[in-house]
Amino acid sequence: MIGGLFIYNHKGEVLISRVYRDDIGRNAVDAFRVNVIHARQQVRSPVTNIARTSFFHVKRSNIWLAAVTKQNVNAAMVFEFLYKMCDVMTAYFGKISEENIKNNFVLIYELLDEILDFGYPQNSETGALKTFITQTGIKSQSKEEQSQITSQVTGQIGWRREGIKYRRNELFLDVLESVNLLMSPQGQVLSAHVSGRVVMKSYLSGMPECKFGMNDKIVIDKQGKGGATEEAAGKRSGHQSIAIDDCTFHQCVRLSKFDAERSISFIPPDGECELMRYRTTKDIILPFRVIPLVREVGRTKLEVKVVIKSNFKPSLLAQKIEVRIPTPLNTSGVQVICMKGKAKYKASENAIVWKIKRMAGMKESQISAEIELLPTNDKKKWARPPISMNFEVPFAPSGLKVRYLKVFEPKLNYSDHDVIKWVRYIGRSGIYETRC
Amino acid sequence: MEWANQLCENRQFGSKMTDSKYFTTTKKGEIFELKAELNSDKKEKKKEAVKKVIASMTVGKDVSALFPDVVNCMQTDNLELKKLVYLYLMNYAKSQPDMAIMAVNTFVKDCEDANPLIRALAVRTMGCIRVDKITEYLCEPLRKCLKDEDPYVRKTAAVCVAKLHDINAQLVEDQGFLDTLKDLISDSNPMVVANAVAALSEIAESHPNSNLLDLNPQSINKLLTALNECTEWGQIFILDCLANYTPRDDRESQSICERVTPRLSHANSAVVLSAVKVLMKFMEMLPKDLDYYSTLLKKLAPPLVTLLSAEPELQYVALRNINLIVQKRPEILKHEMKVFFVKYNDPIYVKLEKLDIMIRLASQANIAQVLAELKEYATEVDVDFVRKAVRAIGRCAIKVEQSAERCVSTLLDLIQTKVNYVVQEAIVVIKDIFRKYPNKYESVIATLCENLDSLDEPEARAAMIWIVGEYAERIDNADELLESFLEGFHDESTQVQLQLLTAIVKLFLKKPTETQELVQQVLSLATQDSDNPDLRDRGYIYWRLLSTDPVAAKEVVLAEKPLISEETDLIEPTLLEELICHIGTLASVYHKPPSAFVEGSRGVMHKRLPARTGSGESTESPDVGTAAGGSAPEAAPSIIPSQGDLLGDLLNLDMAPPTTSGPPPPTTGMQMGGMDLLGGGLDSLMGDESEPPHVPPRMDTPRSPSPQPPSPVYTHTDYTYTDYSHTDSPPDHSPTEHSPPAELGGDIGGSPAMGAGFGAAPAVMPASLNAPVGGGLGDLFDLGGVGMPMGAYIPPKIVWLPAMKAKGLEISGTFARRAGVIQMELILTNKAMSVMTDFAIQFNRNSFGLAPAGPLQVLTPLGPNQTIEVSLPLSTVGPVMKMDPLNNLQVAVKNNIDVFYFSCQYPISMLFVEDGKMERQVFLATWKDIPNDNESQFQIKDCHLNSDAASSKLQGSNIFTIAKRTVEGQDMLYMSIKLSNGIWVLAELRVQAGNSNYTISLKCRAPEVSQCVFQCYEAVLKN
Repeated sequence: MIGGLFIYNHKGEVLISRVYRDDIGRNAVDAFRVNVIHARQQVRSPVTNIARTSFFHVKRSNIWLAAVTKQNVNAAMVFEFLYKMCDVMTAYFGKISEENIKNNFVLIYELLDEILDFGYPQNSETGALKTFITQTGIKSQSKEEQSQITSQVTGQIGWRREGIKYRRNELFLDVLESVNLLMSPQGQVLSAHVSGRVVMKSYLSGMPECKFGMNDKIVIDKQGKGGATEEAAGKRSGHQSIAIDDCTFHQCVRLSKFDAERSISFIPPDGECELMRYRTTKDIILPFRVIPLVREVGRTKLEVKVVIKSNFKPSLLAQKIEVRIPTPLNTSGVQVICMKGKAKYKASENAIVWKIKRMAGMKESQISAEIELLPTNDKKKWARPPISMNFEVPFAPSGLKVRYLKVFEPKLNYSDHDVIKWVRYIGRSGIYETRC
Repeated sequence: MEWANQLCENRQFGSKMTDSKYFTTTKKGEIFELKAELNSDKKEKKKEAVKKVIASMTVGKDVSALFPDVVNCMQTDNLELKKLVYLYLMNYAKSQPDMAIMAVNTFVKDCEDANPLIRALAVRTMGCIRVDKITEYLCEPLRKCLKDEDPYVRKTAAVCVAKLHDINAQLVEDQGFLDTLKDLISDSNPMVVANAVAALSEIAESHPNSNLLDLNPQSINKLLTALNECTEWGQIFILDCLANYTPRDDRESQSICERVTPRLSHANSAVVLSAVKVLMKFMEMLPKDLDYYSTLLKKLAPPLVTLLSAEPELQYVALRNINLIVQKRPEILKHEMKVFFVKYNDPIYVKLEKLDIMIRLASQANIAQVLAELKEYATEVDVDFVRKAVRAIGRCAIKVEQSAERCVSTLLDLIQTKVNYVVQEAIVVIKDIFRKYPNKYESVIATLCENLDSLDEPEARAAMIWIVGEYAERIDNADELLESFLEGFHDESTQVQLQLLTAIVKLFLKKPTETQELVQQVLSLATQDSDNPDLRDRGYIYWRLLSTDPVAAKEVVLAEKPLISEETDLIEPTLLEELICHIGTLASVYHKPPSAFVEGSRGVMHKRLPARTGSGESTESPDVGTAAGGSAPEAAPSIIPSQGDLLGDLLNLDMAPPTTSGPPPPTTGMQMGGMDLLGGGLDSLMGDESEPPHVPPRMDTPRSPSPQPPSPVYTHTDYTYTDYSHTDSPPDHSPTEHSPPAELGGDIGGSPAMGAGFGAAPAVMPASLNAPVGGGLGDLFDLGGVGMPMGAYIPPKIVWLPAMKAKGLEISGTFARRAGVIQMELILTNKAMSVMTDFAIQFNRNSFGLAPAGPLQVLTPLGPNQTIEVSLPLSTVGPVMKMDPLNNLQVAVKNNIDVFYFSCQYPISMLFVEDGKMERQVFLATWKDIPNDNESQFQIKDCHLNSDAASSKLQGSNIFTIAKRTVEGQDMLYMSIKLSNGIWVLAELRVQAGNSNYTISLKCRAPEVSQCVFQCYEAVLKN
């Protein structure tokens, strides 16, 4: 299991050092600094073995978190834990920075004592932790409060405490998708997938039992068979179903039930949680198409023309559109003309950045640029990195639709109809690249 | 965006606390001030002071002097302060065990506190105080806490048992805590169950044979129930524990799988991977024709793909595991090629792993896409990545025959880019393509030759030379090309030299008329001017072959080479099976068994996949199921080692690994088992260095390579030459590579995989060869084919200075006499965590005035886990002092850390000089002249050499036979030895046919050397 956990600043100075196991000594702290942080070359692996000691590290801005062990630990768990540790710290004091860590080092030690025991990760749900790691000294808790805390920390429903009350029962569902694309210069889709998340913010009283439904192909088909013809079922639901390649759920979702009936039921944590992550690869709506044209004119000039086409309902508006056209390292000057938005050559980033605030569906826009090059005797050709794009659209590129979210709270007297529900869809670009 | 809200919530929080100030106090007299503050009456001040202490502790300052003062603060009702004091205690209790006892009372009291959080805190902390005396006091509170009414206390106590076991295992057993822990598996609270499982699993690991966990269908059922209810971490503990269970039959196996599969949808990647581990293992038991089996296979793919959308570090872990899964069950991901396409912004470690998996998944169906991608990658920036991409193109060509032509043309395109390392890499892989598809793509040779000048890496040069030699008849100016390489022969690396030698011999056999001079030149360069035994031996073999029977030589050297197999780089099947059982863990990341990187007893137990049992057994044998790659049984791929080794293997087996620094060691020494070789990695490689280069000394090494009449005739089949050439793989991420044993036979033909050498491949060995050349070969083979330069006996390297005694520096070594120079051959290994520099060496005065003839040449700093071989020439002109034993040498080695002393004994034979052959007359006179009192007699037992063999063996160590007399079936050999200080030793060796005991009489004016000389005789004759 994890033998020790260290946090360093970018210089390699130790900010936090907590040793859980006897086989990890102080010299391990230095070994990591010397061999990884101060190493000249780029990090070639997130796992490093130095003198039979393994170091796992992640970096958040310029802070290094390293977990150390001498045993054959579960490597995936160690990284998951490190990420979780970052989440917990962020939830407590905001951004992970040297300043914040130094300011909260007592708190961090307290957290580390709680969420890692002898190197074994324990309950690390911030909701639960915040009930008893408060940094305000010991409160005179009543016996009931104490046992409530401990049963929440260890219980089956560690993410929610009893007795929550809201005057207005409300919930917000965000379907956040990031659409990823790699397209060849000829317009052939090399790979495309959507990775989506359903984020739920709930303000519900009691211990509400929820059931979430979406236009999952498997469910719809099953219902279709159960009812009339498939076609009719499709019509009834009003829209098309989508094929989900894979999905993962927040720990509140009953996985065995999903496995057996493909129904998503759960008691949500209070406030915000990421209910579900999913991935689709079929029938993706690609919101934009990029058509690049690069021509080398002699050795000192490049002509670039890029057309972008929006491909969704004309009534919808895409926002925050940014096209990034890489330029060679020996670029000396750039002239740009664009039909819409603003374009600028950014020498420090070796790219032309073209920004458009808004663009409706089924439109087209174009940019052309002339790039002057300095003559070099570098034999190596320019690698031509792909043209990348950023945008935000108000629909889900996967085609996912929320069909229902039912809430049952048998003990309290509010029904599903009393709950105010909001749904919104946001599609963003992930890695959206076209080779040129 | 989510946490921005929380940030606002916590703002009042953050502004209030400015704890960073504690990091800045660095005044002198600080400790004294802190002491005063700690003893202050004001609570606030006390707390501030403790915070300062903890901050100092974090930065690494020693604040142990404050122990009593800090412990005094322990009695407080302020929980925050208490936790800080506990933190301090955990760190320093070990250094102040007596004072730590002071804390016991508070702990015991806290364990009775009404607040469960405080009870748990006390028992948690107490377990972390690793002081023997405290453990006694811990038992009672722990026992209570294990049965506490509050689950939070119980789950903490469960882990505490593991802590206590780590300090004092006996105590835990005696106190019966293990039974209590087992009971907790049936606890009503899922988290208590999970922690109990974790603790028991850990304890069980250090008692491999105990049946601690006692997994049976009932307990498994309990675990599976808890699995649905506990936290994500608990699910990991339980799944990892489940993976150790072996179901009784396929039905049980299936029912467990059914209950584990829902975990594949968990958001935590570690839960997913641990579930995959259980499924991969239990699947082994399911009959393949079962419907459920194929359903399960289908279910595995999507979660594995989903892992690739995790953060890069997790992606890396996932990819390393997928690499194993793809080798074990390629069918799972065969349609998922696209997800492994490299993204421009992937970190390099993700890119390299993806590339590896892409090649494994390449098939006829997807090859077009793969090739297009690879070509794209070959224009990227990162040199390692580009190289690997180019290599991958070559591997595709070998793997998918239909694509070979396109691959070759892609490679040619890449060569046209003239980017140096791309060209070199392309040439290396084209050579492999030639081996796979002979007589198909030779038209490209012309293009390759154009790039001859730009090749500066040994591997590429060697590959190019191989191509020129192999296709000499098609290259008009092959002789010129090879001659141009020959000019700088001495500056080339061994692999290039060896290759050049072979290539020129091939050329000679193909165009004998024009190239006679060239071949003479290379043979003399290889045999006379080289220090490398491998090169010299190969030179001699060729020379003898050529001078004895050129026709036979042609048949041997130009023998048809077997095709190379297509699957490369596979992990050896037994290791793969073990690694599958370790999915998700470090072992699966390193691709090494845990024993290779875990110290002590933990994890040494090898895990195995279960055998298929049960009702619905399919006809397929389990072996086939486990054969790598899932290929048909008769075509189970032979494993070709990857990359560096691959090349060595293809061209000629014993190219020195390119990473070796310093003088290339004889690659022959490592005779390790396959497992060890894989597992040990660097460490075991170094650790086992003591294994001798077990080489029979050669006695009849011709100084000039005139063909000699073969003396003893050996059959080739007797001789196996095993070469585990080794690539030092850095222990961090690259997999240890394993090369299969290769035969010397392959070496000669320039083909490594020539079956079982000459013996097993009679077709290659024409009958005409058997008589004269065969003998000669056998003779040479007997010499080991690896021979020592002078044939002198060199004792095996032994560890002189263990790392424990020298702050991590380990020195092993031996002495040798090479070409008249005494050398001390050292292997320095840095087993510490810091870099070592500034090495120097000095000898104490000794019997023969040995002294270093130059400084210790360790030019580069020796990093952690690094090893360096140094050879130190010695002179015999140093100060003299008689030692006991006579050949004792006391050595001091200095580095930047300290000075270390050790003593070692050298074989006196290294002092025997080359001109030690006495004239017969002088010998007789001297023998008579030395008084009989100075004669000593010894017996050498169990030596089975005949007198001639013995004599030539001894000559290798400068023990010269002057005369031989045979009296009544007993051979009397008279010998002389001259020591470096001019002392003569005369010897009479009596060898009786049929008697394995020799008698030896030694006469010397300084009789004290006799004992040492005798030891030498024994060592030389018996090795």
